[in-house]
Amino acid sequence: MTTTEMMTFKTEPFVLNFGPVHPSTHGVYRMRATLDGEVILDIEPVMGYLHRGIEKLAEERTYSGFIPLTDRLDYISPMSNNLAYCLAVEKLAGIKIPERGDYLRVIMAELQRLANHCVAVGSFLNDCGAYYTPFMHAFREREKIVDLFDMVCGQRLTYNYMRIGGVSQDVPDEFLPALKKLIGQFDRFIDEYERFLKQNEILLARTKGVGVLSKETAINCGISGPVARASGVSFDLRKVDPYSVYDRFQFDIPVGEAGDSYDRYRIRIEEMRQSLLIIAQAVKGIPGGPVRADVPHIVRPPKGEAYGHLEAPKGELGFYVVSDDSIAPYRCHIRPTSLINLTALREMVKGWKVADLIAIFGSIDITMGEVDR
Amino acid sequence: MTQPYPVKDLATTLAEQFPGAAEAAGDNCLLVRAASLLKVMAYLKGTAELDFAYLNYITAVDYYSYFEVVYQLTSLTHNHTIVVKTRCPGRNNLSVPSVTGMWQGADYQEREIYDLMGIGFKGHPNLKRLFLWDGFPGHPLRKDFQP
Repeated sequence: MTTTEMMTFKTEPFVLNFGPVHPSTHGVYRMRATLDGEVILDIEPVMGYLHRGIEKLAEERTYSGFIPLTDRLDYISPMSNNLAYCLAVEKLAGIKIPERGDYLRVIMAELQRLANHCVAVGSFLNDCGAYYTPFMHAFREREKIVDLFDMVCGQRLTYNYMRIGGVSQDVPDEFLPALKKLIGQFDRFIDEYERFLKQNEILLARTKGVGVLSKETAINCGISGPVARASGVSFDLRKVDPYSVYDRFQFDIPVGEAGDSYDRYRIRIEEMRQSLLIIAQAVKGIPGGPVRADVPHIVRPPKGEAYGHLEAPKGELGFYVVSDDSIAPYRCHIRPTSLINLTALREMVKGWKVADLIAIFGSIDITMGEVDR
Repeated sequence: MTQPYPVKDLATTLAEQFPGAAEAAGDNCLLVRAASLLKVMAYLKGTAELDFAYLNYITAVDYYSYFEVVYQLTSLTHNHTIVVKTRCPGRNNLSVPSVTGMWQGADYQEREIYDLMGIGFKGHPNLKRLFLWDGFPGHPLRKDFQP
């Protein structure tokens, strides 16, 4: 074969299937990537492998009977899901929470953010090729938080701790001392993590300038949470629409500029530090008293509808609940953070290589339980 | 705090601009005729003092005699929010205009509603079922769905 003949060889795009069972798709996400060699031309997401019809199941349960199912949405951060749903129902029924209950909710939500970001950062670094060492370090710390949750509600994954009107039970006496100890340790862990990774050349090469999401696209796609903030959108519901007792605490909202994978990683690390500050303030200021308002087991909110939302670790998580004055929700829509955050993935990965696709996807931090519901 | 945007005056302004397109329904809710949805949405998004740039969510509710599609919009600059609803009567061949041209974030959410509620979105670039497979009988979130 002559050189001229070789030059006229045609190349054509081909389709590569990722998932649903693939170690880097964080569950059962599936995408069909169209490739030109190793360069991504387009991806087509295929979803629904974990669809359980949770919104439909809500219509057949009492208001409080639905709380355990919210645990199974974003199963990396069930406390936040519990809380978001309870906030919506409380708004609908006009229920006021005792102060101690609110403080406990904030402590749990922030602990959950720490635990979630440990998983997010750890598995993101895994996707970048730092196999299992950073992941295991982050999981070791998450384990301590899970132990605390275990102490509070006897569960390690599906907590079912929040109730309409407060929380299910007060924390045991040994909880607050254990929590104080954890706060001190956690700061040191973040420092250590940062020392290894902040200026790591391989991590910088893999993530700096990769998978850029512009501010305009982020807003237009409805993206929220650390992903939006890394792109410079200063939108955090704890600040712009404070719920529970968040307006009593001093903390900052870290905002990035570049909108690349590195910024998304950095924002999560900074958020962990802010969460520690919030928890420390909450532990200091927690009052005594009841943890749950006097709410009957069967709640019957008046006819109407309400949307309750909060800043979950992944972004804006909300529940749109419609009541027809019966004991079960007439309709319960879940605003899925993970699904909406995926909207821009196609744009973010176009032109990058297959290995970058995995890293960019990992930097968004999704849970399939919430995407498919 | 994110303030609910008072819709009373807004409804009057809209009635002058687009007669018969929208009316106030409650303190924070605008009920829009499906045919005028895109015009009203463009007004809400494009007017500087409203600036509803962020689409919180889209969902749909089945009320037997009609379906209600619910949009919630938030302005990140003014920190206020509004609920926009549109209704489509009947149970077959339902259709409302797609807002994907204005908010990319509507893409998956409209596909989800199409999949589970059976409401079509005219102008959606890729209106396919999102979670269930092609050929799945019926739309499970409808109140009269029989498995």
